Amino acid sequence: MTLSLTLVQGAYIVAGLLFILALAGLSKHETARAGNRFGVVGMGIALVITILAAVGGIDAAPLGAGGADRPGSGWIGLGLIAGAMAIGAAIGIWRARSVEMTGMPELIALLHSFVGLAAVLVGWNSSYEESAYPKIHDVEVFVGVFIGAVTLTGSIVAFLKLSARIKSAPLVLPGRHLLNLGIIVAFVLMTIAYVLQPYSAVAVRQTLLGAMTMLALFLGWHLVASIGGGDMPVVVSMLNSYSGWAAAAAGFLLNNDLLIITGALVGSSGAYLSYIMCKAMNRSFISVIAGGFGVEAGSSAGG
Amino acid sequence: APEPFLGHFMVFMLSVVIGFYVIGNVHHALHTPLMSVTNAISGIIVVGALLQVGHAGKLWVTVIAFIGILVASINVFGGFTVTARMLEMFKREDVKR
Repeated sequence: MTLSLTLVQGAYIVAGLLFILALAGLSKHETARAGNRFGVVGMGIALVITILAAVGGIDAAPLGAGGADRPGSGWIGLGLIAGAMAIGAAIGIWRARSVEMTGMPELIALLHSFVGLAAVLVGWNSSYEESAYPKIHDVEVFVGVFIGAVTLTGSIVAFLKLSARIKSAPLVLPGRHLLNLGIIVAFVLMTIAYVLQPYSAVAVRQTLLGAMTMLALFLGWHLVASIGGGDMPVVVSMLNSYSGWAAAAAGFLLNNDLLIITGALVGSSGAYLSYIMCKAMNRSFISVIAGGFGVEAGSSAGG
Repeated sequence: APEPFLGHFMVFMLSVVIGFYVIGNVHHALHTPLMSVTNAISGIIVVGALLQVGHAGKLWVTVIAFIGILVASINVFGGFTVTARMLEMFKREDVKR
């Protein structure tokens, strides 16, 4: 069974609207529970239509140039999807049901790391896809994997700090701001090098992608490790925002508007929420997002 | 820049603006549930992995996509469940008052 691209896009528009309603609902007590339900319904629609499209294939013919038909993955694909989702759902629901109320922030932090990991995996996978615009595609791969990897390790450190598995005092490496800056400069240079490589240079491209991923993983770890435990709630919110940007980057990568809409929604609302939280706690927003930038020793609450 | 990219960029910018305004006056007590529901929604990344799994060709693409679906599903199902639990707690507090 092949789905028309129009049907898939239509379902994605509905899902995107439901996600907006979910966020809007969650900002008031009276509508909060309805908001969560909107989110569940939106996710349900998005998952069902995507699974049908992934298994049955997409028929992009009515759109003419620009949209390429996608073959479906058939019964094998359906089996793999069902297996992976069943395991994931079982683990997720079990953890969410069994967690103590006080452990909820750390669970959310841990969940963010899964979004980051998924973004890295999706980015790696699509680095080998043929694209009509290879150079833009290469940049999208790098940006997607970078944000995903920062989210992954950053969230793991936030989880460890919140659950007191590592000490919550900020880590102070010598020249840490220079270090962060250096990694970002290295990322830009590696992106340029990657884009300039021809597709035939598989080994060089893989090495660059791998090295960049390692750098981004280190940056995520270092950014959050340099922030004190007292600021962790804001950091978790900020990582939430990063995970949204990672999803949006994956949307550009896969030409998927639903991923772009949802990722951008989560990204900007998460960033704004972190800002509100910082103001409520009387903390400097810049200092929290830039990994303790401008913070004198001891000024963090230490939690 | 090629046309499709510009179209996506338009969608991206508009969504950023909506995300900014839609949570405008969030109640203080709802910060954590809001964070939790946006976390669940960002599990939408699973869509990417769903479209990559099970195609003929490189086996490891399927293996990586399988892991991607698995971890993103933990996020989706766990995220919505934990949000519902948090909101349930608020409801009980309201009753007590």
